[in-house]
Amino acid sequence: MTVEALLDRVAALVPGATPLGGEAARGQAVIVLERRALPAALETLRDHPETRFEMLSDLTAADYLGRTPRFEVVYQLYSVSLNHRLRVKVPVPEDDPVVPTAAAVWKSANWAEREVWDMFGIRFAGHPDLRRILMYPEFEGHPLRKDYPVDKRQPLVPERDPITRPWYPHRSGAA
Amino acid sequence: MAGAEGAAGDVMEIQMGPSHPASHGTIKFNLRLDGETIVDVEVEIGYLHRGFEKMCEQGTWNHCFPYADRLNYASPILNNVGFALAVEKLAGVTVPERCQYIRVIGGEISRLTDHLTCLGMAANELGAISAGFYMLEAREFLYDLVEAMTGARLTVTYCRLGGVMKDLPADMEERTAAALKQVRRILADCDRLLSRNRIFYDRMVGIGKLSRADSISYGLTGPLLRATGVPYDVRKAEPYLVYDRIDFSVPTGTSGDNYDRFMVRMAEMEQSMRIIEQALANLPEGPIAITDPRYFLPPKQEVYGSIEGLMNHFKLVIEGQKIPPGEVYVATEGGNGELGFYLVSDGSGRPYRVRVRPPSFYGMGAVGEMLRGHMLADIIPTFGQINMIGGECDH
Repeated sequence: MTVEALLDRVAALVPGATPLGGEAARGQAVIVLERRALPAALETLRDHPETRFEMLSDLTAADYLGRTPRFEVVYQLYSVSLNHRLRVKVPVPEDDPVVPTAAAVWKSANWAEREVWDMFGIRFAGHPDLRRILMYPEFEGHPLRKDYPVDKRQPLVPERDPITRPWYPHRSGAA
Repeated sequence: MAGAEGAAGDVMEIQMGPSHPASHGTIKFNLRLDGETIVDVEVEIGYLHRGFEKMCEQGTWNHCFPYADRLNYASPILNNVGFALAVEKLAGVTVPERCQYIRVIGGEISRLTDHLTCLGMAANELGAISAGFYMLEAREFLYDLVEAMTGARLTVTYCRLGGVMKDLPADMEERTAAALKQVRRILADCDRLLSRNRIFYDRMVGIGKLSRADSISYGLTGPLLRATGVPYDVRKAEPYLVYDRIDFSVPTGTSGDNYDRFMVRMAEMEQSMRIIEQALANLPEGPIAITDPRYFLPPKQEVYGSIEGLMNHFKLVIEGQKIPPGEVYVATEGGNGELGFYLVSDGSGRPYRVRVRPPSFYGMGAVGEMLRGHMLADIIPTFGQINMIGGECDH
């Protein structure tokens, strides 16, 4: 399926999907979705016989500081059986940075969403275990935000006592 | 090692890592064990986080190439090529044919070193120390080739936006033929030592299994996915460079366990060597880089010999390559699977956003499910076959 045909199909399948064509997408298939369409639209894309995006290749975000809405969560979908790709971009406002989770749609979303929370401070509503993943729990701020200075120092944290502050998540409940 | 307060029933809680002698990579497993059986495992990563994506936003596009090397340092040229292809797609340039062939050759040598590191270490950790050292010996022959090509052995920074740093040495074909002969000899030895070795076989078969549907849902790619029988290889699915002109096959497994992952990697190495030989045989003459002054540095003679060359050099180094605004996601087949770069340019000379899709990050996300119900000692071979490279997983 060509990129145009795929975008046409997706626009017909997913209500509210705006295809993003032209020079900026460099010929790749990109759509913009409202976040309220989220888990349902992704499920449709995964299950419909003409799209069949069984794999969430990657999930990330970008911070467009100074623009409204400020953030964009970006899903890279790939269909192993039909061999095509689609990028889904979801704008997220700065004052309410929450997106419904896709962890029930693709298992790879679990860790990827934790990383986006860690790096950008975007929350995923309904995520089973939304903790930091690359940074440590005491880390202050979200480093990939554009307003996080690259040379910012972090305070020292006390050594963790495994008895009073157990490491196992079901007990610790650490953020 | 310490048990936590109030461990329920017979379940014992143990932390393994972050620095454990049997695991090559800084990673922590928070285990819940019933005897030696793993009830649950939670994986903590991030010990090698170096802010790759943040650092890339600070410099120009060419400044990112050395960082890209250091993602998966077992296969630096593949990372270099993947990043270069993504930036070139964003800039809308196509590199000359000779350069494409050179990148294929370099990339496949890197894939060989990656698989040799992975399998050699995996064998080593299961007690087959001699096989491990043999594979490192094979890797040494390949590192000599990499050194002849790039001048460095590990962090090579071989690619540039629009080309490669320097041409192949004149005697590359003879050097490669000699090196691959040695590699083939060693691999045949290792195959005889490992593939049907009772101990090795019993430790690998049926361990760390993941079903096909789960593997896809977890975003596993590369040898991990192919071991389940899905022939997904970016080189075949979306051929880039000159892979569509080269004859090679994509080995797959059936059961998706550690043994199949091992065998897929072993078979892939032979395919990589075939690719290198074909690429060298068909290597065309010609330039190794574009000459577009917006993107590629002028030759040193021009920089020191003409005012235009000097200005061009100055503008590129200080201001960077001004790539038109836009975004791309470009996937290539890295050593461990789909290595993707999502790049956003705002039209200035600096990357606005660089995102790497690290294949071993998603592999580690699935490790909990792979290990549940297995024995404590099965962590090491499973972890070895995922081939987590800290720099890539934690970017």
